[in-house]
Amino acid sequence: MPQSMQPGDAKAAEIKAVSIGKTFGAFHALKNLSLDIGRGEFLTLLGPSGSGKTTFLMILAGFTAPTTGRLMMDGKDITDVPAEDRSYGMVFQGYALFPHLTVEQNIAFPLKVRGRSSADVKQKVGEMVARVGLVGHEKKLPAKLSGGQQQRVALARALVFEPSVLLLDEPFSALDKNLREMMQQEVKRLHQETGTTFVFVTHDQSEALALSSRVAIFNHGELLQVGKPQDVYERPSNRFVAEFLGEINLLPLDTVELNGETAAGKFEDRTIILNKSITLAGKKAVAAVRPEHMFISASPQTSDCNAITCRVEGATYFGASTKYHLRTRSGTSLAVSMPTASTSPIAPQSDVWVSWPVHQGFLLPDGG
Amino acid sequence: MIGKSVTSRKILLLAPLLLFLGLAYVVPFLGVVRWSFTMPEVGLGQYRALMTDPLVQSVFIRTLRICLIVTAAVLVTAYAIAYVWVRGSSVQRMLAEFCILVPFWISVLTRAFGWLAMLSNRGLINTWLQSAGIISEPLALARNELGVIIGMTHFLIPFAVFPIASAMRSIDERVLLAARGMGASRTRIFWTVFVPLTYGGLIGAALIVFVFALGFFVTPAILGGGRSVMVAELVYLRIFQSPDWGLGAAISVVLVVFIGILLALMRRFIKPAHMIG
Repeated sequence: MPQSMQPGDAKAAEIKAVSIGKTFGAFHALKNLSLDIGRGEFLTLLGPSGSGKTTFLMILAGFTAPTTGRLMMDGKDITDVPAEDRSYGMVFQGYALFPHLTVEQNIAFPLKVRGRSSADVKQKVGEMVARVGLVGHEKKLPAKLSGGQQQRVALARALVFEPSVLLLDEPFSALDKNLREMMQQEVKRLHQETGTTFVFVTHDQSEALALSSRVAIFNHGELLQVGKPQDVYERPSNRFVAEFLGEINLLPLDTVELNGETAAGKFEDRTIILNKSITLAGKKAVAAVRPEHMFISASPQTSDCNAITCRVEGATYFGASTKYHLRTRSGTSLAVSMPTASTSPIAPQSDVWVSWPVHQGFLLPDGG
Repeated sequence: MIGKSVTSRKILLLAPLLLFLGLAYVVPFLGVVRWSFTMPEVGLGQYRALMTDPLVQSVFIRTLRICLIVTAAVLVTAYAIAYVWVRGSSVQRMLAEFCILVPFWISVLTRAFGWLAMLSNRGLINTWLQSAGIISEPLALARNELGVIIGMTHFLIPFAVFPIASAMRSIDERVLLAARGMGASRTRIFWTVFVPLTYGGLIGAALIVFVFALGFFVTPAILGGGRSVMVAELVYLRIFQSPDWGLGAAISVVLVVFIGILLALMRRFIKPAHMIG
């Protein structure tokens, strides 16, 4: 991408949210949220519906005013700057295209608002149409386009005026799986090409992990954890994050002992060694391991591994992987996901060992 | 077939209306059509007279002029009221509802006389202005075209408010937000996004008001004071005051055909459901 801007360009903005709170009547939509959004990064706001992620996006856009707190952009306080003066690009859920304007006119709108010359508008719109792959559709009305094409128009319209920040509100929620994956790649490419700061809202954890440079996880109006996709997935700081980001096995532990970087706990009659990535307030804790980090074998694996005995209750075939449903002796249910190609089928009702490398398991507070 | 029986049952629900329309409008109107070709003698004589009679023509032209002015005045006023009704604060909405519904409950006759009391030479407005010393001679507000236009405009506003408000309600709020987010000023959003998205409602409202206005009788008769006769009043005069049933009938037929063409043209551009909302 020779003519494209690089991350860190002056075009991309840096945003700092300081103790943002928002109440609607008695409802606390956001509680004391502080978050730094880096220049040119791709930050995803992830959470279930009603978690406050969209409220935060609307505050970033300037459509909603925070009840408390300040918003800074490149060191300037923009809390009271109205949306029309922030000039961020925005892609709405449902795209919000102008239904009475053609593809071309939709994309030209923000340029015309800025009083660009018609030659400039024509050139920029032409470039953008080509960039999002809509050549040949310029004169169509949005109603004549497929969902994916409408999505491209929305992206083109939001990026054509080279905004310093692009906000995306669940842009793919209406698309089917294949189209969704294609558009995800498209958005990723546009992020790399423009170098603009992207803030992306979704409730789809795999989308968040696949796209972002960092993920911010919301629940009940609180920001629970921010980090690189790998960090939040493999080192969640609490149970909500651990369970929201994907399936996870939780084993209740007795007598947890902390020694420096690791912790040791008793599960049934075996000692389990875990990463201690969090500070533990109470004594109650669980061991957390993702299904794909565990494997099944006839004998316990001992080198740097934990192992427990289980009985196989069933299996679900997913093509590339097979998920086994197991139960420990004390009745805790487990799921283990293994590549189908590398394992021979395991018979139901057989007693097996489930093992996992020490560094893949981590300690979480119980009930938190 | 369940689907079929449900459909036929739905038609049954419509039956009283169809029956009423047939007996009260279609059949008598066929009689009117016959008169226009047979009275006083068989032939196209009445239509020829209609084309040449300067009085009839001046009434037609006046009717069209009044209807166009009234339609324009109604659309502007109704648009403003609908805007407040749909997008105003809760107090503004209540006020708008009051303005729309109260006139609805008062009979057309009462309202025409009410306007006469306001607008006539010794009516409220002229008396106030004279006693305040702003004017010395009363303004000619009633018993002329101006009076007719004021009275008709007031009567027709609610009929335009409903389709316009319905078009405004169906605008996706996010589209307006999107325009704001792209830096557009409120004035620009109003003229380049909001208004174009209500064109359907505006066209529907214009059609309803214009067609309705064409047949106005009571309001022009009272506020026009016989000096600005419109088509409906002319039909009345031809049939009840001069024994010229044939010409009256021919005028009615022309009016109905004209409205029919208008409706057919509009249907090509806009679905009826969009007009009413």
